[in-house]
Amino acid sequence: MAILELQNICKDYMQGKEPVRVLKNVSLSVEKGEYIAIMGPSGSGKTTLMNIIGCLDVPTSGSYVLDGADLQDLSDDALADIRNRHIGFVFQSFHLLPKMTALDNVALPLLYGGVPLKERKRRAAEALEAVGLSDRAEFYPNQLSGGQCQRVAIARAMVGKPDILLADEPTGALDTRAGSQIMEIFRGLNDSGMTILMITHEPSIAACADKTYHILDGELHTAGVPGRGGSEDEAE
Amino acid sequence: MIENIRLAFQGIWGHKLRSVLTMLGIIIGIAAIITIVSTIKGTNEQIKENLIGAGNNVVTVQLNQDGYPYDMSWQGIPQGVRVITEETRREIEDLRGVERASLYTHRSYAEMVYYQDTQFNGEVCGIDEHYLSVYGYQIRSGRGFTQKDYEDMRKVALVDPGAVKTLFGGEDPVGKSIELQGEVFTVVGVAALSEEFAPTIQNMNDYWLYADTSAGTVYIPGTVWPAAYQFDEPQNVAIKVTDTDAMASAGKDAAELLTASQIANTESTFDYRSQDMLEQAQQLQSMSQSTNVQLIWIASISLLVGGIGVMNIMLVSVTERTAEIGLKKAIGAKKRRIRLQFLTEAAVLTSLGGIIGVLSGVGLAQLISGMMQIPVAISAGAILIAVVFSMLIGVVFGLLPAMKAANLNPIDALRRE
Repeated sequence: MAILELQNICKDYMQGKEPVRVLKNVSLSVEKGEYIAIMGPSGSGKTTLMNIIGCLDVPTSGSYVLDGADLQDLSDDALADIRNRHIGFVFQSFHLLPKMTALDNVALPLLYGGVPLKERKRRAAEALEAVGLSDRAEFYPNQLSGGQCQRVAIARAMVGKPDILLADEPTGALDTRAGSQIMEIFRGLNDSGMTILMITHEPSIAACADKTYHILDGELHTAGVPGRGGSEDEAE
Repeated sequence: MIENIRLAFQGIWGHKLRSVLTMLGIIIGIAAIITIVSTIKGTNEQIKENLIGAGNNVVTVQLNQDGYPYDMSWQGIPQGVRVITEETRREIEDLRGVERASLYTHRSYAEMVYYQDTQFNGEVCGIDEHYLSVYGYQIRSGRGFTQKDYEDMRKVALVDPGAVKTLFGGEDPVGKSIELQGEVFTVVGVAALSEEFAPTIQNMNDYWLYADTSAGTVYIPGTVWPAAYQFDEPQNVAIKVTDTDAMASAGKDAAELLTASQIANTESTFDYRSQDMLEQAQQLQSMSQSTNVQLIWIASISLLVGGIGVMNIMLVSVTERTAEIGLKKAIGAKKRRIRLQFLTEAAVLTSLGGIIGVLSGVGLAQLISGMMQIPVAISAGAILIAVVFSMLIGVVFGLLPAMKAANLNPIDALRRE
């Protein structure tokens, strides 16, 4: 059963007075438990696609069904609710709140989900343990290394038990060692049934996924675009 | 909510200097208002105390025509109004709440009163033997009027300290002769308010209140009054009451009694009216209040400016924290929650400013009271209103920044680093 179904998604942005089509008839179906990487050079529309899949943005046209529910014409607050329940975000620059401890950062989505305080603490501690950072629970983000920060961010994405994990360049700000550590965690999560959708421009990272899509000039291709995707990536 | 308040305090503590500068407008406004209100209240309480509370508990009943006090000096003897007899005076003393009643005649502006070449422009009173005790006067030097003075209609006079100053230039007046309406009177003593009744003049209002006696008063026996002025002049009545609460009712009762007994014709334009000190006090208070209300308006402008300052800083804060807001929205925070967070922060900030303002206002009021001898009364109600009001300022001026934060697009918010 497809957990996520995009059909003919188009997205226009206004550039001055001219509308620019960033996504062109993108269709994508993701099964539960899949581990997918989407590759593409910068400006290819991959972040826009990510935003639409993450319910941070709405498509200009096309349909999006998430976990059996059509997401058309939902209010901002309804979308916020869907993000809270169904999607876990991992960003390139972590986006941890600097004035909160690792534990509080992890517990934040549960706060918005209306989980009681004690339950929040317990589940956040569990999530931290899962990424191997139990001993850093009371540390602030500026006391953690980049890799540790990203692991906290993954714990935060996981804590609400979402249907799908969305990662936007999760290793972009990390060194190779920390990066491969993150990939190990992703692999572990996927093995335990988590659906993962990852955006990257590094072929070595994309190789960790089970399936790779390429996006180029707003069009999504199942197989690699011969000779182009790779060379563009290296130029970046 | 508690979480929001905790976060707000954290934010304020994190930007101490900025927070203090932001709060400054609110602090100044609230401090000014608290100072003004405390001073008004203190002054009012003192006026009331001077006039009635710790005052002499005397209410006067005077002859009025068409509702205005009747002036004997140039309007002459009022037609159809009898002189008050000793019997009527006793009846007044029998009224409820009345301790003692005194009959007196009086001129507010003495004419033709001289000591050597000095002309006196104070007050002249023809008094009976009860007058001094009703008003709580004591003889400071010389002697008071004796039974003999009244019976033999001796041309003797008492002066008060005001008259000693203006008429005698501070010399000892006892034994000196003064000329009153062409008659020679001998000053036999100085009568002054005993200390416990002495009003304290601490501000302009008090000054105006007591100004009419500031040139002093010359007292002569009531029986001698016709020799200097005219016969058959209806007297005024000064009534000392047992306690302050009885003043209004005793004055009214006495006025009714006198109107009924002294005025022959019921169609007359004359009647007796009591001078209600409470009413006078209220008039004075409303006078001082109206000027101070204007001051409060001016202080309110500073609150408005303070509020705008808060809005400004909150807008900056929203911009600075775009990434935080974007992240929160991305992981599921609804608009309401973001709005509440910023509203709480603004309200906590201004409430804190309000509390600091109240404290400085109270301190300032005490300082003023110490330096300028103006009494202050700190009002708990005013403090409560000030704090609640400053919180409201935060909510009102925090609304726009909070809306801005809540409506941020999470994509734009996350993109910024």
